[in-house]
Amino acid sequence: MDIRIQTPLTEDKVKSLKAGDRVLISGVIYTARDAAHKKMVELLDENKPLPIDVKDAIIYYVGPSPAKPGNAIGSAGPTTSYRMDPYAPRLLDLGLRGMIGKGSRSREVIESIKKNCAVYFAAIGGAAALMAKSIKEAEVVAYEELGSEAIRKLRVEDLPVMVVVDYKGNDLYEIGQKEYLDSIKL
Amino acid sequence: MKKIHIDKIKEAVKKLCMEANFFLPADVKESISKAKEKETWPMAKDILDKIMENIDISKEEMVPMCQDTGMACVFLEVGQEVHITGGSVEEAVNEGVRMGYSEGYLRKSVVKDPIKRVNTGDNTPAVIYYNIVTGDKLKIMVAPKGFGSENMSRIKMLKPADGLEGVKEFILETVKQAGPNPCPPIVVGVGIGGTFDRAAFMAKKALTRPLDERNADPYYSELENELLEKINKLGIGPQGFGGKTTALAVNIETYPTHIAGLPVAVNINCHVTRHGEIVL
Repeated sequence: MDIRIQTPLTEDKVKSLKAGDRVLISGVIYTARDAAHKKMVELLDENKPLPIDVKDAIIYYVGPSPAKPGNAIGSAGPTTSYRMDPYAPRLLDLGLRGMIGKGSRSREVIESIKKNCAVYFAAIGGAAALMAKSIKEAEVVAYEELGSEAIRKLRVEDLPVMVVVDYKGNDLYEIGQKEYLDSIKL
Repeated sequence: MKKIHIDKIKEAVKKLCMEANFFLPADVKESISKAKEKETWPMAKDILDKIMENIDISKEEMVPMCQDTGMACVFLEVGQEVHITGGSVEEAVNEGVRMGYSEGYLRKSVVKDPIKRVNTGDNTPAVIYYNIVTGDKLKIMVAPKGFGSENMSRIKMLKPADGLEGVKEFILETVKQAGPNPCPPIVVGVGIGGTFDRAAFMAKKALTRPLDERNADPYYSELENELLEKINKLGIGPQGFGGKTTALAVNIETYPTHIAGLPVAVNINCHVTRHGEIVL
């Protein structure tokens, strides 16, 4: 049973999600990965405004391949999230509510997710052509010079993700593996 | 003496770059399909199902399976009787990559300097390996390497006393530490022996061997099977959410080494294990 979520991702919506839930996200999300996160944190260090409003927003860690003519976006699966771990807590403190990526997050990020009532989703890595089908519009809104690493505003319809770390700090990477191993012991 | 003009090399590399990103090798697809049939854990089965769907979409629409269309690793096997004409082979290979990544709408994922990090804009330079063999053929293999899995790879200079158990432990530990990050189900390339760099090269080359082909030496084919079983017992599963299928294959390559050394390199690949080849 898939849960449908419409952005903005407010606190009450986050509280309805638990690790293991399958979610379909619709609305506006932003893309950013290594280079853009570094630039954003530099802006924060200089007390300058960010190029996007992160309040109740979702950031998708993705560097899409170029769009073929007629398509909104190229292939767009998640990149590995741990590389954004050094930056994520700063954005979560400012109200970023959701992150989509793949792979484990650090203890610090999980604590920040709990503290800020946020959620970490995973998309299937390597199913990038499939993910792109849910992305209806894409527009560069900052750092165009970064090419694939620019911040893009995406309009998505039923983007399929899984809740990996919920607002209570439950981690599907731990739970899933353990449940599977327990099931085969029986 | 067989003459091969660099234009043929350019065209071949261009074509292979695109094909490798759109079409998964048959043995890899078959391996994932078999894993899906055997998988009993519901979320794992569903993920493998979506991966198979993605493979089909990619093939039909000629779009990359993964947005990380990788750094171009190119292996050239040059027959001694071959005379390459028309210019520099290295430039021809890079031009082929440039053209392939442009025409194929593939991602430009290369930075010129590892510290200063300005994108080169055309996914060059490629990482090129040359091997000279007897004969009059030129074999070109393009294996785009994504860095989600590359970043989970490790190398260690074990001591001879660490022995087989040390080797097994290092390989298992590497996979364990990687966990969900390299997009399981993974393919594990292992290089044992040689020198520091040779072990790493062997590990990468091992990833291009068909997944249903075991090492020719029964001692190592048994080790491959044993390690595959042990890795799958970890229960990491597709995308790390638990399940039977953590790895599709373990491919081991070996080379003689120094009396004081036991280098072991583990190069991890994700389920999008891409390579294409042509013989000119």
